[in-house]
Amino acid sequence: MSKIFEVPLYPYQRSADQDAETPVRHPVVVVGAGPVGLALAVDLAMQDVPVVVIDENDKVSRGSRAICFAKRPLEILDRLGCGDPMVEKGVVWNLGKVYFDERQVFGFNLLPEQGHKRPAFINLQQYYVEQYLVGRLRQLEAEGKPVELRGGNKVINLSQDEAGAELTISTADGPYRLHADWVVACDGAASPVRTMLGLDFTGRVFEDNFLIADVVMEAKFPTERWFWFDPPFNRGQSALLHKQPDNVWRIDFQLGWDIDRDEELKPENIDKRLKAMLGEEISYELEWSSIYTFQCRRMERFHEGRVLFAGDSAHQVSPFGARGANSGLQDTDNLAWKLKLVIDGKAPITLLKSYDAERLQGADENILNSSRSTDFITPKSEISRIFRDAVLDLSERYEATRPMVNSGRLSVPCTYDGSPLNGPDCATMPERTRPGSPMVDAPVPGGWLLDQLGTGFHLLAIDSEGTDTLRVDGIEVRCLDLSTSDDAIGHLRQRYLGNAAAAVYLVRPDQHVAARWDHYDAAAVKAALRKAIGR
Amino acid sequence: MAALNTQANIKAPDEFYAELLAVHEGRTKAESDALNARLILLLANHIGDRQVLAEALHAAALEE
Repeated sequence: MSKIFEVPLYPYQRSADQDAETPVRHPVVVVGAGPVGLALAVDLAMQDVPVVVIDENDKVSRGSRAICFAKRPLEILDRLGCGDPMVEKGVVWNLGKVYFDERQVFGFNLLPEQGHKRPAFINLQQYYVEQYLVGRLRQLEAEGKPVELRGGNKVINLSQDEAGAELTISTADGPYRLHADWVVACDGAASPVRTMLGLDFTGRVFEDNFLIADVVMEAKFPTERWFWFDPPFNRGQSALLHKQPDNVWRIDFQLGWDIDRDEELKPENIDKRLKAMLGEEISYELEWSSIYTFQCRRMERFHEGRVLFAGDSAHQVSPFGARGANSGLQDTDNLAWKLKLVIDGKAPITLLKSYDAERLQGADENILNSSRSTDFITPKSEISRIFRDAVLDLSERYEATRPMVNSGRLSVPCTYDGSPLNGPDCATMPERTRPGSPMVDAPVPGGWLLDQLGTGFHLLAIDSEGTDTLRVDGIEVRCLDLSTSDDAIGHLRQRYLGNAAAAVYLVRPDQHVAARWDHYDAAAVKAALRKAIGR
Repeated sequence: MAALNTQANIKAPDEFYAELLAVHEGRTKAESDALNARLILLLANHIGDRQVLAEALHAAALEE
């Protein structure tokens, strides 16, 4: 049986655009059909923005690659209508264990809090995520939504002026040209689009190599993230064991800097490492292996005229913390609604500057966390190793130093503090839901809060009177009225009211808080909405 | 608001100093380095106050 990443999922088909006399113009062209490009296309199509996705390949990603999908991206995928199959297929986990030498140092729970629809994490191979996103895109296409996915289409040239971009695309039938009002480059860390525009991608290189071995085996290990510092089977280095669906296990070995890649990748050498780790008697099938080095870097800005960058093309982090694909999905979440309003002429083009401001903040947060994890996992000096080992030794015995143990600070969404789109705050309400924050899920009558929000601006009113759906500058703000009398456990109060008696939240289409008040004032809401769309 | 106490604050300082040396007695340089690191981390956690810790880091660096 062939693996799903070996089957062409969107094979090249000749498009009518290739026979047009003059280049056909599209509102949005997305370059790259990875998780980020596909999520953006689905988001835009759901909002009736015509979008063409092009990719030089025609298959989902080879090998598992990104495997940890965090709570917030799962909520985004829920909004896009494909969270359920992913969570059903995925391996849900909240627990992690840390080992040092031969001892377990401690365990941690990433989501000790109840009252959320989605878990802290699921593990799911990137190829499944792409497959479900392609499925969702096809479903939208069948419903008549304006979305197209073109495999075997490779961008070989891109130029732009103030009004749009021209792409030259090579195919099996020869090249053709396309015009686009907007191009979004979701074409990965090596982004050809970025290179074509001659834009910088700078940061820090980490001198280390990691071997990924994805093995299929029947194993009785629990569904937890196990991380080893300096284990007997990989002295002086680290290792990671993590479960994926279909009995696939991700095993990561840190190798150090001076290695022979070809030697390390030989199956017999991988076999030696696996047996040293898991025992001589194991039987397994090697599904995928790869050696990677990594960098933490980003573009100076993610928005260059008519071309926008999202995901790894814009920023790259180390894999520790699962902040790559997760942050890419948050990029698209941030970008899609802004692009929609700009294309519809309902928001000024300058709204897109806030994509830069907010997602640069997100990228910097991810790069900072990921660099710190890497410095803990691979100490760069004698003294940093001494302190690292001291933290681990103490943590086995005392709680005091456990918060310093850093085997990856796992992806959490960015709060856009100081965003130009943020409106008024209310000091008596909880800090975690201040303007700029992603909405925190909570159980509500009939299901979950975030499921009731969908895409679009919303007013969330809790124990508040007089609110009604309103229209501002042609933008509808739908009202969701909730009452604490339906909130027996107190999640709503704890997450949204704090010490206030009532609350009115203006929520953006990406489910981040724009502004909040302790009473309804239509004029204040209108002013905050205008601010949130960059007016 | 000077937070770090740089005045003498330990009763019977000679005894504490002797205890500090005693705990390193018979250890290799590597073992002592590790012990010192653990000691710093435990004391830092006990202090907790980031302002005090920042001032202590600065004071220990003997810079202006």
